Amino acid sequence: MNVDVTTLPGIGVRKEFSLSKVDRRMGVVDHRDGGTDLIFTRIGDPDTTVQIPLSEVEARTLASLLGAPQLVAQLREQHRELDGVSTRSLSMPPNSPYSGRRLGDTEMRTRTRASIVAVLRSGDVFASPGPDFVFADGDIVVVVGTNAGLDAAASILSDG
Amino acid sequence: MQLTGTTLALIQLGAVFFGLGVLGRVAARVGLSPIPLYLLGGLVFGTGGLIELHEVEPFIHLASEIGVVLLLLLLGLEYTAGELVTGMRKSWPAGLLDVVLNATPGVIVALMLGLGPTGAIAMAGVTYISSSGIVAKVLNDLGRLGNRETPVVLSILVFEDLAMAVYLPVLTAVLAGVSFVTGLTTVSIALTAVTVVLVVALRYGRYVSAIVASEDREIFLLKLVGSALLVAGLASAVQVSAAVGAFLLGIAISDSTAHDATKILEPLRDLFAAMFFVLFGLSTDPRSIPPVLGWAILLAVVTTATKIATGWWAAQRAGASRLGQARAGTALVARGEFSIVIAGLAVAAGAVPAEFAALATTYVLLMAVIGPIAARIVEPVMRLLDGKQPVRVDSGAE
Repeated sequence: MNVDVTTLPGIGVRKEFSLSKVDRRMGVVDHRDGGTDLIFTRIGDPDTTVQIPLSEVEARTLASLLGAPQLVAQLREQHRELDGVSTRSLSMPPNSPYSGRRLGDTEMRTRTRASIVAVLRSGDVFASPGPDFVFADGDIVVVVGTNAGLDAAASILSDG
Repeated sequence: MQLTGTTLALIQLGAVFFGLGVLGRVAARVGLSPIPLYLLGGLVFGTGGLIELHEVEPFIHLASEIGVVLLLLLLGLEYTAGELVTGMRKSWPAGLLDVVLNATPGVIVALMLGLGPTGAIAMAGVTYISSSGIVAKVLNDLGRLGNRETPVVLSILVFEDLAMAVYLPVLTAVLAGVSFVTGLTTVSIALTAVTVVLVVALRYGRYVSAIVASEDREIFLLKLVGSALLVAGLASAVQVSAAVGAFLLGIAISDSTAHDATKILEPLRDLFAAMFFVLFGLSTDPRSIPPVLGWAILLAVVTTATKIATGWWAAQRAGASRLGQARAGTALVARGEFSIVIAGLAVAAGAVPAEFAALATTYVLLMAVIGPIAARIVEPVMRLLDGKQPVRVDSGAE
C-alpha cells in the first residue's frame, strides 16, 4: 500500500492512500497537539475534502473496530477443523457492569465454558489476557466457544 | 474605602483581564480572532479613551514585552528546523512574490502619508506578514487540512516567518537610528545567528532540548521562560531584536520537548500577548484614527487583493483547482499578531509619527476581521461566479 505523507508545518502530518473500490483517497491528519482527523478526498476533484475531527477516544474506538474483524477472521481460520467452536468479537457496552473491573470477576470460563482470547483497545491487541486484566469502556473482547456459550458471554458483558 | 496605589492597580488590572476574557468569549462566539477586540479594548481604556488607567501602565509595559517574547518563542516552537528548510526550498518563488506584492502597498501609503523612510520600512512589515495564528485556525475550522492547496498556504507562512527573522533585526537597526555600518553589523550578526541556529537545530537540536527539558512541570516552565527571557535580553543587548532571539530559541528546541513546551506556554502566551495588544491600543489615541481611516481602508482593499493574488499564483503552481487557488488566496488575507508586533516595535522606539500607530491599528483591525470572512465566503462566491448552484458537499457515504 502506497501511503502519501505530507507535512503540514505548524499543524501536523497528513497521511493518505487511494482506495481501490471507490474513486476516493482516504487518510488521517495527525495533529501535533494530539488530535486526529479522518479525511476523504474524491480523486480528480481535490475540492471535495471531508474532514472529520476525532477525539482521542473516538480514534481509538475506530482503530479497534477496524482491527477486530481481521483478528476474528484469523482465529476462525485456525478453529475451522473444530466442530461447534466459533469466534466472535463482543464490544463492551457503555454501561457494562464489568467496565473498570478485572477479567477474573466475570468468571466467564466457569459460567459459559467460553474463553476470552484477546482484547482490542486503542488499536492495540492484548493477547490472552489474564484474570488480572482490567476492562475499559469501548474494549472489544474476542471470545472463543460454542454458539450458546458466546451468547451467554455477550449477556454477561452487557448485563452482568 | 481607601484606594492606595497597589489596591487601585489590582482593581484596574483585574478589570482589564476580566474585560479581555469577556471580549475573547464574544470573539469565539462569532468565530473571529480575539486580537481586534483586544485592540479595541486598549483603545477604549487608553489615552483619549473613555477611562484612563495609569496605575497599571508599568506592569502592562513589562507584560507586553514578555508577551512579544512568548509570541515569537511559540512561533519558533511551531516549526522544526527541517520544516523551515524544506519549506523555504519549496516555496521561495511564492515567498518572494508575497514580499514584493504585499510589502509594496505599505511602503507607498507610508511615504504618501509622510511617515518617512523609517515608517515605510515598518509599514512594509505590517502589510506583508499574514497571521499564521488566524490562518491555521481558519484552515482547521473550515475542514481544509486534506485539501491540495493547504500545504502551499502553510509553506508560504513558513517562508514569512523565516523572513521575519531577517526583517526584525533590520527594522530594529533602522528604528534605533544607527549608522549604516553599525546597522550592517547588526544585520550580519542576526543573519549569522539565524544560520547557526538552523544548523545547530538540524544537527544538535536534541542537546538544546535536553538543557531546558524536565519531567517536572514547574521546573520545565521556569527553565523555558528563564531561557527565553535571557536569550531575548542578550539578543536585544547586541541590537538584534529580542523577538528574534526568542524565535531562534524556539527553533532550536525540538521534538517532544518543543511539543511539551508549546502546551505549557500557550496559556501564558495568551495572557501576556493580550497585554501586548491592549498596550498597543492604549498607546493609540482614538482621535488620531479618523484622519487615517480612508488610507487604512484603501490599504486593506489593496492588500486583500495582493494576498489573494499571491495565494492564487502559488496554488496554481502546485496544481490546485481554480476553487483551490481562490481558497489559498483568501486564506492568507488575515493580518494580525505579527503586524502588531512590528508596529509595536516601531511605536516603542518613538521613531515614527503618531499617525503610524493609528494607521497600523486600523489596518490590523480591518484585516483581522476581513481575513476570516473572506476565507469563509470564497466558496459560495466562486460558485456564483462560475454560474453553478451552491451544492452541499456530500459526506462521503453513498
